[in-house]
Amino acid sequence: MTPQRKRRLALISLMLVSIGIAVALILNAFQKNLLFFFSPTQVVAGEAPLNHPFRIGGMVKEGSLTRSSDGLSVDFVVTDYSHDVNVTYTGILPDLFREGQGIVAMGTLGEASRNVFTATEVLAKHDENYMPPEVAEALEKSGAMPHGLKTVEEK
Amino acid sequence: MFAWFHKLTAPKNFYRFAGIINPWIGTICLILILSGLYLGLFKAPPDYQQGESYRIIFVHVPAAWMSMFVYMVMACSAFMTLVWRYKLAGIITEASAAIGASFTFLALATGSLWGKPMWGTWWVWDARLTSELILLFLYLGYIALNSAIENKKTATRASALLVLVGVINIPIIHYSVEWWYTLHQPATVTKMDKPSIHLDMLIPLLLMALGFTFFYAFTLLLKVRTLLIMREQKSKWVQELLEHGKS
Repeated sequence: MTPQRKRRLALISLMLVSIGIAVALILNAFQKNLLFFFSPTQVVAGEAPLNHPFRIGGMVKEGSLTRSSDGLSVDFVVTDYSHDVNVTYTGILPDLFREGQGIVAMGTLGEASRNVFTATEVLAKHDENYMPPEVAEALEKSGAMPHGLKTVEEK
Repeated sequence: MFAWFHKLTAPKNFYRFAGIINPWIGTICLILILSGLYLGLFKAPPDYQQGESYRIIFVHVPAAWMSMFVYMVMACSAFMTLVWRYKLAGIITEASAAIGASFTFLALATGSLWGKPMWGTWWVWDARLTSELILLFLYLGYIALNSAIENKKTATRASALLVLVGVINIPIIHYSVEWWYTLHQPATVTKMDKPSIHLDMLIPLLLMALGFTFFYAFTLLLKVRTLLIMREQKSKWVQELLEHGKS
């Protein structure tokens, strides 16, 4: 390699490394703002803002879903299997919404309605597992279903 | 050791070499994509959660992979442009940009079509979707910068620098679903342990991914040949080529 090329190589490598460090520092500083949603544990711990819209993510607790008589309002509990948050929502739910499903809800936790999260939008999360229904059924029976906690709490 | 490499990457030789192998690459691409589509759309079973609509992964996932792969190719050739001043490397970067931008757009568009029925929204500003959108802007920025500078040499070097600065976005896209809570689900195939996708779905997915890679190679070589002729129009071999109609 000629000295000139060596110098260019060193310069560009230095540039790449410094950009990498700069971006790593920036992302680290904005860590909190990059979270798309809060987990129920964070909400219970008071990390989520009061009276200010934010997103909450977790699983719809089995057996917690109740529909009101008008057919549009639903109440359910979002859980990360260590803490629960009550959610109330009026509107159309995505097709994938069901008990045991991961969801992300946008809404507010008001002072007056402490412990009840009033959602304005409910989105369904789906997991990264793909399998035919028969396989899912067989796994469910044998209790080896890789489905549940996994979607939300990978980290 | 690099003698054969230098010989092959000389514009005249590469033009001829690309012309010989490209029909084969195109044929393989067609076979892979047709068999992948057939297996994926007709033979693969429906998904336990998402039913038939999960089938969009056979386009969405390969397109998203390619959007990152093409960028990595561009980053490598930009690096070679800046350090060694390879003529061919600059041409490969330039020829890849529009293809990579198309793959990125396809990934974003199919993702949006998939998001509406499954998540309940066309678009959310989560880390995965946002970083993929930034990738599209990086491609468009490269194309704009490269065509804005009149002098070809300056344009190639300046835009190569932009490509290298943007390469930091690639690991961010890949790890976004692990580093942050996102609406987008984590990786299925490229995670460390066993892929969590049924084999009958995995095979068409991999066929499509390979098919997309061959499609990239095919369109890349077509474009590289055109750019070679344009850049070298004053050289002897292009003049001869134009006179005899064949090289």
